[in-house]
Amino acid sequence: MVMATEFNFELVSPERLLVSGSVSEVVIPATEGEMTVMANHAPTMTTIKPGVVTVKFADGKKDRYVVFGGFADIVPTGCTLLAESAVHVDDFKNEDIVRRIEAARAELSHAKSDDQKFGIETYLAELTTLQGIVVPA
Amino acid sequence: MPSLKDLKNRIASVKATQKITKAMKMVAAAKLRRAQEAAEAARPYSQRMSAVLANIAQAVGQDDSAPRLMTGTGKDQVHLLVVCTAERGLCGGFNSQIARLARDHTRKLLASGKTVKIICVGKKGFDILRREFASLIIDRVDLREVKRIGFANADQIGHKVIGLFEQGEFDVCTLFYSEFKSVISQIPTALQLIPASAPAVAAETTGANAIYDYEPDAGAILGDLIPRNISVQIFRALLENVAGEMGAKMSAMDNATRNAGEMINKLTLNYNRQRQAQITKELIEIISGAEAL
Repeated sequence: MVMATEFNFELVSPERLLVSGSVSEVVIPATEGEMTVMANHAPTMTTIKPGVVTVKFADGKKDRYVVFGGFADIVPTGCTLLAESAVHVDDFKNEDIVRRIEAARAELSHAKSDDQKFGIETYLAELTTLQGIVVPA
Repeated sequence: MPSLKDLKNRIASVKATQKITKAMKMVAAAKLRRAQEAAEAARPYSQRMSAVLANIAQAVGQDDSAPRLMTGTGKDQVHLLVVCTAERGLCGGFNSQIARLARDHTRKLLASGKTVKIICVGKKGFDILRREFASLIIDRVDLREVKRIGFANADQIGHKVIGLFEQGEFDVCTLFYSEFKSVISQIPTALQLIPASAPAVAAETTGANAIYDYEPDAGAILGDLIPRNISVQIFRALLENVAGEMGAKMSAMDNATRNAGEMINKLTLNYNRQRQAQITKELIEIISGAEAL
């Protein structure tokens, strides 16, 4: 039996459907580490941290998107990524991430419990890492 | 009897009004199309969201690990109403319909001894509800400066609601908005946000419901998903509202334009009749003058 090498990938943000098509490989910044999804992946559901999604289309074209949080629903025949906010790397603006970092910092100063603080600090670290990756120095 | 000049002035002013209402109708039509497109574009996300939510809620089940946003506080003493209306008027009964539904709901809750808190989204709802329930309104959200409603706006409201819930400010949260059925019909709707009810699993999806791997784990994902789903629901409500407002405005302005047209016809008829009467009168004066010679 020939294994299918292509599967259906959808990247959806609350405002619109960004990508929908046949792809051969997608790299997702899952909360517990980056993961590469290929066809016939075991059914998985995972949350996503702020990061870059790399999509390799069936025709060999590559595309990169910046996402902020969300989750992915992976089944053997497809993968749906629901992002809280998603933009193409080319359309990405530095101000956007700076605004988020500032908001997270403000939130941190109001945080009461250690758990909350830890959560926000992790988020902040992810954001700064992402800034380092995406924004050219 | 108004003079000829008065009539002429009135016709001119009604014509000017008609031009304005006509322009407003066309603007509303253009905005309606955009609003509908936005609502359409947002649909895939909320559809997928409820599918995933149904799946995962089934996996977690009703055990103790279900987040509090879903199980609620176990009481229903304090109710929070989030009333979404438009920022502007001149759209027929659109705003008052939503406000009326919220008002009836509030009265019913108050009558049964519950405590009610209200958050107003949009200026018009605030104006209407302020008359009766000024002391119950705890907050209002102004979207007047927002040209195009984004998810960020909805997310902000969602965070506010969840923040209040975590502080134990209320037990049940209901969202009021207008469902967009068609250009001429918008249905005011009440939707319970908290405790969130998991959407029923569609029959055909259960088949594909293989054993899922959850990262980190089902409970944690659900805990992350539900707040997000609340924001999505609010976002959808806001988009529906914009579309509904524009639809209502369009038909209201269409009516106004038509009324103005009728009025112009009536006034013109009146004007012509009076002008004719004046001409006849002048003729009679001339003729009777000539006969007297």
